[in-house]
Amino acid sequence: MGNKVLMKGTEAIGEAAVRADCQCFFGYPITPQTEVAAYMAKKMPKLGRAFVQAESEVAAINMVYGAAGTGVRCMTSSSSPGISLMAEGISYLAGAELPCLIINIVRGGPGLGSIQAAQSDYFQATKGGGHGDYNMPVFAPSSVQEMVDLIQDAFDVADLYRTPSMVMGDGMLGQMMEPVEFREREPRRLPEKDWAATGLLGRTKHNVINSLYLEPEELEQHNTRLQAKYKTIQENETRYELFHCDRENDLILVAYGTTSRICKNVIKAAEKDGIKLGLVRPITLWPFPDQAFEETVTRTKFGYLSVEMSAGQMVEDVRLAVNGRKPIDFYGRTGGMVPHPDDILARVKQMVLEGVSLWH
Amino acid sequence: MPSQEVVFAGFGGQGILSMGKFLAYAGMEANLNVSWLPSYGPEMRGGTANCGVILTDEAIGSPVVTRATSVVVMNRPSLEKFEHMLESGGLMIIDSDLVNRSAERTDIEVIRIPAQTLAERLGNKKAANMILLGALVKRTEIVSLEVLLRSIQAHGKAEFFQVNKRAIEEGAQRVPLLAH
Repeated sequence: MGNKVLMKGTEAIGEAAVRADCQCFFGYPITPQTEVAAYMAKKMPKLGRAFVQAESEVAAINMVYGAAGTGVRCMTSSSSPGISLMAEGISYLAGAELPCLIINIVRGGPGLGSIQAAQSDYFQATKGGGHGDYNMPVFAPSSVQEMVDLIQDAFDVADLYRTPSMVMGDGMLGQMMEPVEFREREPRRLPEKDWAATGLLGRTKHNVINSLYLEPEELEQHNTRLQAKYKTIQENETRYELFHCDRENDLILVAYGTTSRICKNVIKAAEKDGIKLGLVRPITLWPFPDQAFEETVTRTKFGYLSVEMSAGQMVEDVRLAVNGRKPIDFYGRTGGMVPHPDDILARVKQMVLEGVSLWH
Repeated sequence: MPSQEVVFAGFGGQGILSMGKFLAYAGMEANLNVSWLPSYGPEMRGGTANCGVILTDEAIGSPVVTRATSVVVMNRPSLEKFEHMLESGGLMIIDSDLVNRSAERTDIEVIRIPAQTLAERLGNKKAANMILLGALVKRTEIVSLEVLLRSIQAHGKAEFFQVNKRAIEEGAQRVPLLAH
């Protein structure tokens, strides 16, 4: 079993961040991720690092802005309503090109919603959330182990491209315990943070951290540069898993996070009925893995079924990627309800055996 | 192939979540894949607690137990809530001191143990959960009792280890010897 320890998702996030050399944590408690802050509160001061419980999520994200501006590795963690409060700050971080990690352990919405697991913040995470033409890498782990591994990746991608990045999991991933191994990893080559506002240090020109460009020409240039950066991220950092896609399938499921695990159970159950299913599992939600559909679109007879704990959000990206070449259907539960494997299988059978598409 | 999907359910304070944790630790030591998922929603606020634990030598798909192979209940609402979730032929272990009826289903195996009384006799009423856990492990053989005890020694409080050990053994002895 090696050096595996049994850990709750939220605590594993804390430990992974500590090991990734996170120097500052700013947060405000909210279920179901409060244990991230609790873990950091215990650990960080002992290591001579900073833990601050801010007076609100708005304050926390602006503390992240300040710390990131000095070039230190920093993070915050929250859940859906808290992330909404941070949206302005995230847009500023993107505009000022400041690297940081934002955790969202998603709960049911809208509004205060519930504290149960959901995936209804997909739009918020991948399509802006804050204002302006920005994108942010969003990593979606499906196990506690993968969450631990992706924390390091998300920090590295943030530093490499000077962007906020997000690790997004549902409430179940935060609350469940699974064995994890903290693996020693070859660090990625990261650029010097010569842009950081840490004093002149012998230079003659100040480093300025800013997202305000009053001259339209200048702001357009800034945007053009950001878009070029996003294109590079799309080319280099898109990640996905294909499961049972190396065969001719009746149908391919598309799911991320905990839902993808439920889908793997469905795939196994469907075999007993002679139905062949594959799974496309996006690991980055932005950049969305369009490539996964190029690779599978000819290997599915009845198209794709997007399964989500939302009213149908990722399915829009599936439609864009497939671009009319195959039918797309959707199955989802909302409000903190978890899709039952039997119900997903029933929908699969309607599509495969009866040719019925129910989603319009 | 060894595989168990267990629901532990009862009131907060009975050690429901710990039972699940010790079983998960034991499964990990026995080289099985494990997951432990607690309830953390409104039911927790109402004073009831439950957790789902999966131990299997296959990859774990969903951590949500939807069809349990075993259920351990320490109050009546839990029996009512989880009886239907057991698969046919599954195992229901009931603390008969706290649940004043038996299961209604006839297609499952039911073991009723007066765990409160037995724990009191052992000198610590808090060990009732360990009696039920001992019975579960003995009957399902998902891990050995030795591995279970090792996980309790490694991850439980040292001061309670002796009483927990006696409780596990007591529970194991309560399991009727049945042909598998």
